[in-house]
Amino acid sequence: MSTERIVVDPVTRIEGHLRIEAEADAQGNITHASSSGTMVRGIETILTGRDPRDAWAFAQRICGVCTLVHGIASVRAVEDALDYPIPPNAQLIRNLMIGAQFVHDHVMHFYHLHALDWVDVVSALEADPAATSELARSLSDYPHSSPGHFSDVKKRLREFVESGQLGIFANGYWGHPAYRLPPEANLMALAHYLDALAWQRDVARLHAVFGGKNPHPNFLVGGAPSAISTGVERGRRGTAVDDAGLALVREVIGQMQDFVNQVYLPDTLAIAGFYKDWFRRGEGIGNFLTCGDFPEKGLDDPATYLVPAGVILDRDLSRIHPLDLEDPQQIQEFTAHAWYDYSTGKDSGLHPYAGETRLNYTGPEPPYEHLDVGADYSWIKSPRWRGRPMEVGPLARVLMMYASGHAPTRELVNSALHTLDLPLEAMFSTMGRTAARAFETKIVADQKTVWYENLMANIRAGDLRTHNQELWDPSTWHSEHKVRRGIGYTEAPRGALAHWVVIEDEKLANYQAVVPSTWNAGPRDAKGQFGPYEAALMDNHQLHDRQQPLEILRTIHSFDPCIACAVHMVDKEGRELVRVRVR
Amino acid sequence: MNQRKAPETLGEELRRRGMSRRTFLKFCAALASSMALPASMAPVMADALAAARRQSVIWLSFQECTGCVESLTRSYAPTLESLIFDFISLDYQHTLQAAAGHQVEAARETAMKENWGKYLAVVDGSIPLKDGGVYSTVAGETNLDTLRHVAEGAAAIISVGTCAAYGGLPKAHPNPTGAAPVTDIIRDKPVINVPGCPPIPEVLAGVIANFLTLGRLPEMDALHRPLAFFGETVHERCYRRPFFRRDQFAKSFDDEGARNGWCLYELGCKGPETRNACATTKWNRGVSFPIESGHGCIGCSEPDFWDKGSFYAPLPRGRRSSAESIAAAAQMAAGTGIGGAMLSRASRKEDLEDG
Repeated sequence: MSTERIVVDPVTRIEGHLRIEAEADAQGNITHASSSGTMVRGIETILTGRDPRDAWAFAQRICGVCTLVHGIASVRAVEDALDYPIPPNAQLIRNLMIGAQFVHDHVMHFYHLHALDWVDVVSALEADPAATSELARSLSDYPHSSPGHFSDVKKRLREFVESGQLGIFANGYWGHPAYRLPPEANLMALAHYLDALAWQRDVARLHAVFGGKNPHPNFLVGGAPSAISTGVERGRRGTAVDDAGLALVREVIGQMQDFVNQVYLPDTLAIAGFYKDWFRRGEGIGNFLTCGDFPEKGLDDPATYLVPAGVILDRDLSRIHPLDLEDPQQIQEFTAHAWYDYSTGKDSGLHPYAGETRLNYTGPEPPYEHLDVGADYSWIKSPRWRGRPMEVGPLARVLMMYASGHAPTRELVNSALHTLDLPLEAMFSTMGRTAARAFETKIVADQKTVWYENLMANIRAGDLRTHNQELWDPSTWHSEHKVRRGIGYTEAPRGALAHWVVIEDEKLANYQAVVPSTWNAGPRDAKGQFGPYEAALMDNHQLHDRQQPLEILRTIHSFDPCIACAVHMVDKEGRELVRVRVR
Repeated sequence: MNQRKAPETLGEELRRRGMSRRTFLKFCAALASSMALPASMAPVMADALAAARRQSVIWLSFQECTGCVESLTRSYAPTLESLIFDFISLDYQHTLQAAAGHQVEAARETAMKENWGKYLAVVDGSIPLKDGGVYSTVAGETNLDTLRHVAEGAAAIISVGTCAAYGGLPKAHPNPTGAAPVTDIIRDKPVINVPGCPPIPEVLAGVIANFLTLGRLPEMDALHRPLAFFGETVHERCYRRPFFRRDQFAKSFDDEGARNGWCLYELGCKGPETRNACATTKWNRGVSFPIESGHGCIGCSEPDFWDKGSFYAPLPRGRRSSAESIAAAAQMAAGTGIGGAMLSRASRKEDLEDG
């Protein structure tokens, strides 16, 4: 065999610790790929025995990039277990916060984590600032597009390069022939990289109003923690959610919409136009799953979700299969190639309520050169829907909204593909995934105005309720059921996320999370089916230079990996209890 | 871009960029004030900065959630872009670095060699020690080995966030991976802790800036925290403290009291036992901080705060009473400048007794 192992560890510009081992044939075509999460903390073990009302804070620390999403899934899971309704204002505040996370996170992903896969920073030194300004102005009416502005950015870059201290740009793949943007597009993208850094600081303030800070804003079982202080006596400070705070929220929503419309979306499509071959590779599974989110009324009314729940199989958009997270036949996690043991056997799959995990590292003793990818090779499990691997995330959501006939989505996707002269099938690709992220950012950013106006209308009508106190005291939880179980789900920026909780004697008896990057980054299962990262890398990828695995980074980054999220484990005490409960 | 020329000093760079000495001094004065240093330090700092090459910083990410890095990107003064383009050379940082795999490891080795004994190491995340450290590896190497290797040539280490500072969430009971903080492992180097989950970005940026300008770590307390930011509790500087003194407490999260900004003590606020600058520096350009948005402080910058009971259980009554009587004593002494100082000292003493 003329194959050669290519190792990328650490995969940078992601959250967490990810390692890719790939094999390529003599022509550089990737023939085999293995995705490995190399860090574990054991947060689910740590959660056992805690007060369920505290769980969101622990769970939220699963990830600080997609901050908020695990907090949301956690409070929803506990509320589901306790049949604990929340006031309409709390629902709207959560929508505003989740939506803000989408917009903030997706823009940062594009500019700060993904862009350098397509943008050659050094080439920007050759750019003509006047021509760059012309290019930028042809794409949108973004105000910071003057020749002087681009000239300043170029000067700053030149001085940085000439200092000889290249910092985060050292050893990049500059000059690699796979970089195809003209110098002016590279300079424009670099300017927007810097603008996006400043922009994201400003829009994070929405979370600070409702959650007190960002990253890691605060949440609350039974509603939202931020009491509304409109009408509090002038000069007295109630909470941050006063008239000024709500005006700031409106201002931030405007800032979000402007940046998405004037910068992020046009940049994505402009860059995509230079890389149209990347619409033909990098989607290897063809199955997509969403658990749905952004309810208009309450979570128990799925018909009003902005993103519907469901499953698409084999790229067939004509049929959406129903999803039931409670069904042990539908959702199962496998550990056939992960560093865990199952009491039911290494090849079996377990529903999260019955989930069990015993850390059992069988990999090479560090320091090591290679993993044994024929055996166990990751701290990430392999979740499956009815035994099949699923891709989750922006592409899954956009396809789901498209397939279910959401008019703004269809219009956006059709018009972009028309401009690029590409068929709908082009969405099943690395660049399709990257474009889908920009599409849904616009859809969510636009929808934020609606949630905001609804919240303001409630407040004007005198409804200031943000928290349901009725079930706050754990002594009110006793019912005919000694053990209570609940599922909390959300669409996180990186995809479908669900937490399963078991509450017994007012404490958490079991906690399990199946998160977006577990679906996407997981290793092969017992049947040998590859996970989405692995299958994507094996879909039409030819490496130009094995020493500079730019092609691998492009496709892996298009998923926006979050590996701290992907790796988790469950307790040993809760296992017996839970097995009894499974129907 | 891979070739390296002889680096110029930061002073030359700034002058070429057209920054006047006056502007530069202003920046240094702001920096001095943020670190509670006398204004006379500003010219000293300016000279130090002007003479220096951009400080090499090697950032190691272990058992972490990247929330600390995200937090740094939210800093308004100095901003992340100003830090990484103008003041430091961020030579190794997984979240932002262009290169990956062996190229990024090579960049780290080069930076360490060129700046041996002088670079600043920043660590976020705890280090798992159980079972030979297999629970977290980068490039096939355990976090423990990487930390020891990088620490050896570092001038100082900044432990960013509660995980690196005290073990944080991974170390919470039952600590499944044997997670440990940096100070349990590195004992022969100056280490400063900037706890918080995540830390306040301006605090972290301030500590880095302090090192850049003075070439050393700022004054610390017994837990290795910078005194300028961790000298007082959140409670001592909280805008709701007058309600605490008047026994006016929110009883639920959206009652009249909650809407009028009454004290969150009875809803479990840990402000009286938590040292941090949240109530003064605040978050996200001063928009708010947890208490101002209606949720009690969860004490996220304190060691082992995850294992101190529910975030919603009120602190024991006795402690509140004693805090209140001290506050009352301070009130009586008010009118001169003595009150504040006395209150501050007294509360500090009380906190230490409680802690």
